[in-house]
Amino acid sequence: MGQLTITQLEQKANDIRKDIITMLEAAGSGHSAGPLGLADIFAALYFNVMNIRPEEPEWADRDVFFLSNGHCVPVQYAAMAEAGYFDKTELTTLRKFGSRLQGHPEREKLPGLENTSGPLGSGLSQAAGYAYSLQYLDENPHRFVYVVMGDGELDEGNIWEAAMFAGKNKLSQLVGFIDRNNIQIDGTTEDVMPLEDLKGKWESFGWHVLEVDGHNIESIIDATSQARAITNRPTVIIAHTIPGKGVDFMEYNYKWHGMPPNAEQAKEALEDLRTLGGKITHEGAGV
Amino acid sequence: MSYPLNPLVYSKDVETEPIRAGFGRGLKLAGEQNENVVALCADLTESTQMHHFKEAFPKRFIEIGIAEQNLVTVASGLARAGKIPFTSSYAAFSPGRNWEQIRTTATLNNQPVKIVGSHAGVSVGPDGATHQMLEDIALMRVLPNMVVVAPGDSLEAEKATLALAGNGKPSYLRLAREKTPIFSTADAPFEIGKAYVLKEGRDVSLFGTGTMTYQLLVAAQILETKGINAEVVHVPTIKPLDTETLLASARKTGRVVTAEEAQAAGGFGSAVTEFLSDVLPMPVKRIGVNDRFGESGTPSELVEYFGFSGEKLADTVATFVDEMPQYHQ
Repeated sequence: MGQLTITQLEQKANDIRKDIITMLEAAGSGHSAGPLGLADIFAALYFNVMNIRPEEPEWADRDVFFLSNGHCVPVQYAAMAEAGYFDKTELTTLRKFGSRLQGHPEREKLPGLENTSGPLGSGLSQAAGYAYSLQYLDENPHRFVYVVMGDGELDEGNIWEAAMFAGKNKLSQLVGFIDRNNIQIDGTTEDVMPLEDLKGKWESFGWHVLEVDGHNIESIIDATSQARAITNRPTVIIAHTIPGKGVDFMEYNYKWHGMPPNAEQAKEALEDLRTLGGKITHEGAGV
Repeated sequence: MSYPLNPLVYSKDVETEPIRAGFGRGLKLAGEQNENVVALCADLTESTQMHHFKEAFPKRFIEIGIAEQNLVTVASGLARAGKIPFTSSYAAFSPGRNWEQIRTTATLNNQPVKIVGSHAGVSVGPDGATHQMLEDIALMRVLPNMVVVAPGDSLEAEKATLALAGNGKPSYLRLAREKTPIFSTADAPFEIGKAYVLKEGRDVSLFGTGTMTYQLLVAAQILETKGINAEVVHVPTIKPLDTETLLASARKTGRVVTAEEAQAAGGFGSAVTEFLSDVLPMPVKRIGVNDRFGESGTPSELVEYFGFSGEKLADTVATFVDEMPQYHQ
């Protein structure tokens, strides 16, 4: 697809956030904070970083995306719809009977999904398996594998098994993102099960580690360029994000981890997003 | 066409070989036939007989280390990339430890990940209960999309491995550690989803899977001396079950006994009774391990203790036949 400017990408991220609010309100259940926090990363991936053809999801030369923390799938559905994998009108079928947009992503339901996930901790392994295939079995250096993990799911042992495996095999076509928003269901990650020194942990497993502001699209894109240029190690990008980003009353509030907005809250959230938190005025914003 | 049994099957000189050895040969053959076949192991490469594949195709062998959750999830990613991954460990660890990963990333994700569980059953011997996997059949057969195969001897394991490499589905292959008598022959058929009548009879149907089929053949010989004419049906595929063959046999004899080297609850016998209860609700005697774990001992001591030897099985069947009138619709 044609190159979008950073401003256009930011607008895409905002559109994705609006889609998320609309979808979750219609669904009446689901996770709000995580998907909103990931919108900038998904805008960068789907509209700049990844070599994909939304009209041809199984395109043989595509880059591959694995979602490890399946509960954040609303952001992926929104990004996919915005990118043209399917019509945006389908977004409001999220979590409803008969929908292709299952509450947690199912590969066989929706073309463009590369894996089924929900139970945490297994996406990195799947991405590593795919990356291993590209690097050692197919010997195709042109395709890359991206995977998004939550920070809370790093409690899972399976993640560290995969981290060791990718480090051992120097899977340089594997690029991981950690959504470092510091929250999980029972509280902050450092209270529930401390993850720090997170950078040191991944480095000791043989990974190249980058840290970015997960809401700075330019930094996100730069980090992925750097990751692709590193040819002797896998890269993980620790993306510092604000849970609920873009919706004032959801930001930093872990209560919104597993909750959707009701009609009134959705209206307020959409107003927030239209005005970018009051930074701009808009004819529909009521400011 | 009758099943071509090994002519030496009832002789003391019957050849024996660990069932897992057949898997090792089959995997290497599968690798020769299809370059997409890859193998992953969790630090038990020789034990699970993957070393033959590793030596022939070092590039297509992936050492995972002692990490069974990673074993099957890396395999899921490889399958998404178009490969046919065979994963192996002891059954107690895979699928024992990584059931959820199998459920989500292999079966719900519907990828052709092959789970090969070696050292299943009490005949593992001295290692004891931790390593004697008895719950694997139950765990695997309840998963939608999953195929479950427990070959009866090493020749059949070789054929089953080749068949699973080509079936395009998530699959579980159950293997035993000890030398097992070879009752089949090179020409014997194997097809996923088929059961085979090894010996015809009219008084009782003996349905066996895995290592128990040979023991049922021995039991049937003993039963003849007691005037009981038993039919022996070998059921290597536990899912999907060959209901046509099993139903025909059950209708003919009016008495069914199932035998497996696994928990009697939830496994092969349960699969048989589930389907029979729908179409021909008749009494069935399920032989397996009854709600307990195994323990250390020699394989033959344990097989005897748990009632899995031909002699013990014959006693159990004779009592069942004696107590249970033939069922007729």
